[in-house]
Amino acid sequence: MTDVTELGVAAIREGVAKGEFSAVEVAEAFNANVAAAQQALNAFIVPTPEKAIEAAQAVDAARAAGKPLGKMAGVPIGMKDLFATRGIQTTAASHILEGFKPEYESTVSQKLWDAGAGMLGKLNLDQFAMGSSNETSYFGNVISPWRRNDGGNAALAPGGSSGGSSAAVAARLAPAATGTDTGGSIRQPAAFTGISGIKPTYGRCSRWGVVAFASSLDQAGPMARDVRDCAIMLEAMAGFDPKDSTSLDMPVPAWEAGLSGDLKGKKVGIPREYRLDGMDEEVAKSWDQGIAWLKDAGAEIVEISLPHTKYALPTYYIIAPAEASSNLARYDGVRYGLRDLPDGAGLQDMYAATRAAGFGPEVKRRILIGTYVLSAGFYDAYYTQAQKVRALISRDFKEAWAHCDVILAPTTPSASFALGEKSADPLEMYLNDVFSVPASLAGLPAMSVPAGLNSEGLPLGLQIIGKPFDEQGVLNAGLAIESRAGFTAKPEKWW
Amino acid sequence: MSVDTATVAKIAALARLKVSEAEIAAMVPELNGILAWVEQLGEVDCTGIEPMTAVIPNTLRLRDDVIDADPLTGGGKRDDVLANAPAAEHGFFGVPKVIE
Repeated sequence: MTDVTELGVAAIREGVAKGEFSAVEVAEAFNANVAAAQQALNAFIVPTPEKAIEAAQAVDAARAAGKPLGKMAGVPIGMKDLFATRGIQTTAASHILEGFKPEYESTVSQKLWDAGAGMLGKLNLDQFAMGSSNETSYFGNVISPWRRNDGGNAALAPGGSSGGSSAAVAARLAPAATGTDTGGSIRQPAAFTGISGIKPTYGRCSRWGVVAFASSLDQAGPMARDVRDCAIMLEAMAGFDPKDSTSLDMPVPAWEAGLSGDLKGKKVGIPREYRLDGMDEEVAKSWDQGIAWLKDAGAEIVEISLPHTKYALPTYYIIAPAEASSNLARYDGVRYGLRDLPDGAGLQDMYAATRAAGFGPEVKRRILIGTYVLSAGFYDAYYTQAQKVRALISRDFKEAWAHCDVILAPTTPSASFALGEKSADPLEMYLNDVFSVPASLAGLPAMSVPAGLNSEGLPLGLQIIGKPFDEQGVLNAGLAIESRAGFTAKPEKWW
Repeated sequence: MSVDTATVAKIAALARLKVSEAEIAAMVPELNGILAWVEQLGEVDCTGIEPMTAVIPNTLRLRDDVIDADPLTGGGKRDDVLANAPAAEHGFFGVPKVIE
């Protein structure tokens, strides 16, 4: 029998629909992979094998009864532990939410269950999605299934913040997983682990029930092995939700049916400002290769300018912490989660003690930065100025769309790095998001697809950024790259 | 602009984060490093630019003025709301004494 854990979303759905294997068989196979890798990779905070089986049994029963099957029928997935799941611990990888069992289900996860998907477990991540290497989780680091080909066996970063998601999909613990992207948290981990991931236009996926980090930036999206699987899963996740005030009231396009790698008549913009001084040569080479592939797919290549690119990261590191400091004010030891009540402490002391005990160092750092830039006397110099520069960054993209349909760039400035290599210096870690943050600030759809391996044997990703609401254009350019890159590499199993 | 130990202590108090003197001492250079880096935004000419608050044009909707229009977010959820409270008592959130 086929090893079903080598199959993606489309193949599993088709196999289940045709009766080549049952949904329960698929769930059991992935459950086994999850259990076998848990010790070594730490990709899950809470595995939920019984949930996966339960959903699979429902799909098998529906098929036996001749009922119509959903878009994700029989596909077990990993759920980033930022999505509230009813009755299942939801922590955002923090101590402050340890033991929190929501009484409700996030809109996105509910839509996936309604489409026939099942849950393999809650995936590890950077604490409150703050990090680029999955080294800030209260529940320990996620280890990438990839290793350098130097025989050194150094533990590598799976990227972040959706590092549990990327590790799980790359290691065949799940055919697909949910991610969330605030400044690159879907695209960067996808690039680091040789998988695909798309962040849709801001507002496509409901934020209801997603633990908030920076509300004007947070957007959910799928992470999977290929572009088609991303299209299928994004269709299942997206859609208007009256419970999210920033949800887009627009129909969800049929992205899967609309897939086409033929780019004749399309213009692909190459932003001059992304070619950084001292850029990693292999990253530059893979970008050039990507340009050649898109040309081969029929696209016209045009050079464009996004003049405010260099200001995107500092803008992000004002706006995101500012919003985070406000969002995280809710963790007070009163309504849910941890409470630290020192002897004889009053209410204010309890707040301060609870938050000190419940948040990790990176979360505290960002709360302090955010509080500072929003405080009286500094608000205009930092926060208002950052919002104005954000407007200019967004305007750069609007002007670029007069000349091109999509933009091609690297996803990350380097391949994955070893754990501990960048965690001592927060600024160095932040620079990892240099190529992914601008699209986040402008709310644009953007995806990463694998382009190849570097000389160390590690994956590199290419990023496609699209116009607002044009996920189709992004997916199509991704497909054109995918079909030419022929990326079949996978981490050699050592766990 | 740079921060000193007194400023960090004040921000931490505003953010309701208990921090030790040693933690403050460690945070001062870290925060200064980050602040010095973000200060480059000051060189951008933003004359006549409106601060961006919403990235995708969207209007804020008002829900219909109907009780329990959406049962998920409507009323009657006291026990659900209290289910995860560290100290729920008699249908309320329990907190340390606030009024002397």
